[in-house]
Amino acid sequence: MRFTERLAGIPSQRKAFAHLMFLGSENLMFRREIKLLLLSAVLGLPAMALAVAPNQSPAPNQAPSASAPATQAQIVALQQALNANQAATASAQSAGDNAWMLTSAALVLLMTGPGLALFYGGLVRRKNILGTMMQSFAMMCLVTVIWAVAGYSLAFGHGNAFIGGFEHLFLKGVPIAADPQNFYSGTIPEQTYMIYQLMFAIITPALITGAFAERMKFSGMAIFLSLWSLLVYCPMAHMVWGVGGLLNSANPHALFPSFDFAGGTVVHITSGVSALVCCLYLGKRAGYPHDKMQPHSLVLSFIGACLLWVGWFGFNAGSALAANSLATSAFINTHFATAAAAIGWSIAEWIHNGKPTALGAISGAVAGLVAITPASGFVQPMSALAIGFIAGAFCFFMVFVVKSLFGYDDSLDAFGVHGAGGTIGALLTGVFAASVINPVFKDAAGNSLPSGGIDGHWGQMLNQLTGVGIAWTISIAGTLALLVVVDKLVGLRVSPEEEATGLDLSQHNEEGYDFNT
Amino acid sequence: MLKIEAILQPSKLDAVKDALLEAGIEGMTILEARGHGRQKGHTEFYRGREYTVDLLPKVKIELVVADEQKDKTIQAIIGAARTGRIGDGKIFISRIDDAIRIRNDERGETAI
Repeated sequence: MRFTERLAGIPSQRKAFAHLMFLGSENLMFRREIKLLLLSAVLGLPAMALAVAPNQSPAPNQAPSASAPATQAQIVALQQALNANQAATASAQSAGDNAWMLTSAALVLLMTGPGLALFYGGLVRRKNILGTMMQSFAMMCLVTVIWAVAGYSLAFGHGNAFIGGFEHLFLKGVPIAADPQNFYSGTIPEQTYMIYQLMFAIITPALITGAFAERMKFSGMAIFLSLWSLLVYCPMAHMVWGVGGLLNSANPHALFPSFDFAGGTVVHITSGVSALVCCLYLGKRAGYPHDKMQPHSLVLSFIGACLLWVGWFGFNAGSALAANSLATSAFINTHFATAAAAIGWSIAEWIHNGKPTALGAISGAVAGLVAITPASGFVQPMSALAIGFIAGAFCFFMVFVVKSLFGYDDSLDAFGVHGAGGTIGALLTGVFAASVINPVFKDAAGNSLPSGGIDGHWGQMLNQLTGVGIAWTISIAGTLALLVVVDKLVGLRVSPEEEATGLDLSQHNEEGYDFNT
Repeated sequence: MLKIEAILQPSKLDAVKDALLEAGIEGMTILEARGHGRQKGHTEFYRGREYTVDLLPKVKIELVVADEQKDKTIQAIIGAARTGRIGDGKIFISRIDDAIRIRNDERGETAI
C-alpha cells in the first residue's frame, strides 16, 4: 500500500546496470575490455571502431587503444544515455501502474453502483427498492463533492497523527504528474491516488445504509452520511493511511503501526459499527420481527454480490498502488478468501438449517471479502483460505445467533457482515501477516523484520487491537453525536404512514416496478 | 346463466384450459390469486429468520355459461385438475342476472 512497502517488488535500475558492469567478473582480464564493448554497443557503430575486439588478449594494465579525451566523451554520452533510459523506464512503469490504478478506481466505484445498490436493493421489500438504491447513488454524488472540496485534504493532507490539514482544500496542490518523492506513491500521480481513495470514501457510508433500510428519511440520510464522511471517515483514513498517521505502518514514527491493507478498519469496522449504532438509535422497522419482510428479489442481490466480488479486486489489489507482485498477492488472497468464506457460511448454514441458501452463499462471500480486506497485501494464499473460512463461519454466527439473541434490527446485516467481518479480519491480519509477502518492518541495515504472528511477531496483535479499538470508538462517538444533531435538524426516521407506503413513493414519488404497463 | 369460479393449482391451468376448449367452452377469465383451504404452507429461511408462507399461489378461472353447459364444464375442469391430493382446489357456482356484449349490445345467453 505505501511506497516503501511497494519497493519490495521493483527491480532497481541501478542494480540492473551494476550487474551489467560486473558481467564476467570472474575473468578480471577482460573486464575493462568487455565494459568498453558494452559502451560502444550503446553508442552505435562509429564507436565500434574504438572498441577492443574481445578475441584479443592484451596485457591487463594496457591503456585502451582510444585516446583519453574520447573515452571521457564516451563516459559523458553513456551517462546521458543512461539517464534517458532510466527516464523511459520510469515512464513505462508509471504508465503500467497508473493504468492499473485508474482501472481499480473504476472497479471500486462499480462496487457501490450498481454492486451495493443491487445487493441491498434486492434484500428489501419491493416498495423500498428505489429508496434503497438512491441511498447508494446519493453517496456517489455527495461524497464526491465533499471529497473534492475538503475530504481529501482532511484525510490525506499533512496534519498530525489524527487528522490531515487544509492545504489541499479544493484539491489545491495535488499534483497531476508522478513524483518519486511523493509519500503516497512514487509512480502514479497523486491525483490518481486521490480519485482512487474517493471511491473508498463513497462506499463506506453507503454500507451503513444497510442498517437503517426501509425506515430512513432521504434528507436525514443525506445530511447525516455527508457529515459522517468528514467526521468519522476522514480521521480514520488519515490515521491508517495518511502522512504521519498514528496507525500507519508506512509511517516510521507511528505509535501503533497496524496492518490494514485496503481498509478493514477504515471502511468496514467504521461502517459496520456505525450501522449498529444507527439501527439501535432508530429502532426496529414497524412489525419487526413478526411481520414478513423477506427479500423481494434475491436475483438482484445475487447480481450485486457478484459485482462486489469482481469490483473488490480493485479495492484490494489496487491498494498495492502499483501493477506489481504485491497486487498479484492481494488479488489472489481476495479471491481465495471469498470462495472459502462462501463455503464456510454455507456449511454452517447446511448444518444449522438443513439446506444451504443462495442468500447464505452470497452473504458468506461478502463476509470473506470484508475479512480479507485488511489482510490482502500481507498474508500468504493459504492463510487467505483460512481467513475466509473462519470469517464465513464467524459472520454466520453473528447474523444467525447474536442478532436474534439481542433482537436489534440490523436490516441488511451491515454490522453482522462488515462490522464483525472487519474486526475479525483485522485481528487475523495480525496473526497471518508474513514479511515474505510484504516486508513492512525493516531494521537499520534494511533487512526485513517479522511482520505478524506467523513470523513470530505476536506483538503486532497489540497494534491491530489498537486500530480496531480506535475504529470502534470513533465510530460509536461520531455516529451517536451526528445522529442526535441531524435528528434535531431534519429528523431521521420516516413517519409510520410513510414506512407503510414505502420509501419509493414517500421519499421519491416513484415506484421501482410497474407491473401494470 | 351460471358463473363458475374454479380455484386451481397453477400447474393445472394449461390442462384445464385445454379441456374446456375441447368441451366447447370458449370464454374465460384467468386471475392469479393466493390462498389456502386446508393446505399447510411451507417455511422459508432468509439470513436466519424463518418465514411461514401460508398464502399459496393459485389460479382462478371465471366462466359464465348457459345452464345446460354446467355439467359439461364441471366435468372438464375436474377431469383435468384432480390429483386426489389436498390442494386440488374448489369450484363455486352462482347465478348471473345478465350478460352484455359491449361491442354490439347483445344481451342474455347470446352474449356469452
